[in-house]
Amino acid sequence: MCNTCGCNITPGNREFAYKPVNGMTPVSVLKNLLAKNNDQAEHNRRHFDRHRLLTVNLMSSPGAGKTALLEASIDALRDKYRIGVIEGDLETENDAVRIRARGAPAYQITTGSACHLDAHMVHDALHEFPLEELDILFIENVGNLVCPASFDLGQHRNVTLLSVTEGDDKPAKYPVMFRAADAVILTKSDLLPVLDDFDPARAELSLRNLGSRAPVIRLSARKNLNLGDWLDWLIGELVQKRGKLAADVLAQPVADPQSILSNTGMGG
Amino acid sequence: MHEFSICQALITQVEQIAISHGALKVQSVKLRIGSLSGVELPLLEHAYPFASAGTLVEGSTLEIERAPLKVNCEACGLESEVKANLLTCRMCGSCLIRVVSGEELTLMSVELITT
Ligand SMILES: Nc1nc2c(ncn2[C@@H]2O[C@H](COP(=O)(O)OP(=O)(O)OP(=O)(O)O)[C@@H](O)[C@H]2O)c(=O)[nH]1
Ligand SMILES: [Zn+2]
Ligand SMILES: [Zn+2]
Ligand SMILES: [Zn+2]
Ligand SMILES: [Zn+2]
Repeated sequence: MCNTCGCNITPGNREFAYKPVNGMTPVSVLKNLLAKNNDQAEHNRRHFDRHRLLTVNLMSSPGAGKTALLEASIDALRDKYRIGVIEGDLETENDAVRIRARGAPAYQITTGSACHLDAHMVHDALHEFPLEELDILFIENVGNLVCPASFDLGQHRNVTLLSVTEGDDKPAKYPVMFRAADAVILTKSDLLPVLDDFDPARAELSLRNLGSRAPVIRLSARKNLNLGDWLDWLIGELVQKRGKLAADVLAQPVADPQSILSNTGMGG
Repeated sequence: MHEFSICQALITQVEQIAISHGALKVQSVKLRIGSLSGVELPLLEHAYPFASAGTLVEGSTLEIERAPLKVNCEACGLESEVKANLLTCRMCGSCLIRVVSGEELTLMSVELITT
C-alpha cells in the first residue's frame, strides 16, 4: 500500500464523501502531506535519468564522516568516474571547499535553520551544476538522523552512515532513518579497537530487527581501510542503473510516427 | 524540526480544498499518521495554530488518528502488530517482513463550513 495514489481508501473510511450536513461538507482527500515535495522529487529524478547519473543521498548524524567518505571515494575513483557533490549544511561552505580541493565540482546549499534538504532545494542546485559531465552525483544531507529520511530528493539510493563512536543501538532508536537505507556504512572502524563497547554484529542485528536487508559495510575513510566493499557496491549500483536506463530506451517504440514521416519524406 | 514545514504543506492543501469547494471556513481536519511516518504528533499539533493563522483553516480543529504498526511476514505469511524498533514477525520472529501499516502520513478528510 502506498500513501499517495489513494489505494489506502478502505471500506472503513469511504464514508467521508461529499455529503453536505448543515452547511458542513466533509471532503475526503486521502492525500499525502508530502505530495508537493514528492512531485518535485520525481521531476529531479527525471533530470538525473536524462543525464544517466546515479544519485546517492548520504545521511547520518552530524560528524559521522560523510564528507570524509566522499573525499576518500573521489580519490579512489578519480581516474574512472566523474563525481559531483551537492552539500547541505546549516551554515558554512566548509564541506564544499573540502570536496573542491579534491578536484570535484561541489555546490553548497546552506539551509540556515532547516534540518534537512527538500526536493525544491536540490532542484535549485541542479540548474547550477554540470550534470552532463558526471557519472555519480552525491547529495550530502544535513547531519541529522531524524527528518532527512522523510524527504524524497529524487535520489536513486539512500546510504546511511553510522560511526562506531555513536553506539550500536542507533538503528533501534532511529528506525525511520535506518529503514530508508539501501546500504548502511559503519564508519571510523579504525577506532573499533579502542571502542570495545561497539559490537558491529549487534549494530547489524539492530538493523535486521527493522526488517532491513541492506548490506552493512564496515570501513575507515581516514585510514583508507576496507573501502573496496563500498566502492564495489557503488559501482554495482551505477552499472545496474545504466543497464536499466538502456533497457528503458530499448523498451520504447523503435520509431515514433514523427520519424517515420521524416524517413519517408512525408514530413513537413 | 520539519513538522512546521509539513504543517504548512498541510494548511496549503486544506486551503486549496476549501477554496475549490467555495467554503467560508474550515471546521475540522482529520489526519491519519503512523509511528514510522517520521512525524512527531505533539510537534505537529503545536505548529498547527501558527501555520494556519490568517488562512481559511484558522480556528479549525485538528484530529489525528494513529495508524497501527503492522507487518506482513514473508516467511510464515501472517500479519502482526509490532513496535517501531522491533519489526520482526511476532509469530515466527523472521525479519523478512513488509510494513503494511504504520508509515502513513495522510490527510483523510476536511470538514468545510459552506453557509
Ligand atoms: N578516526 C576516524 N575519524 C574520522 C573518520 N571519518 C571521519 N573522521 C573524523 O570525524 C570528523 C567528522 O568527519 P566529517 O567527514 O566532517 O563528518 P560529516 O558527517 O561530513 O559531518 P557534518 O557534515 O558536519 O555532518 C572529522 O574530524 C573527521 O576527521 C574515520 O574513518 N576515522
Ligand atoms: Zn560533512
Ligand atoms: Zn528537518
Ligand atoms: Zn527542472
Ligand atoms: Zn512470520
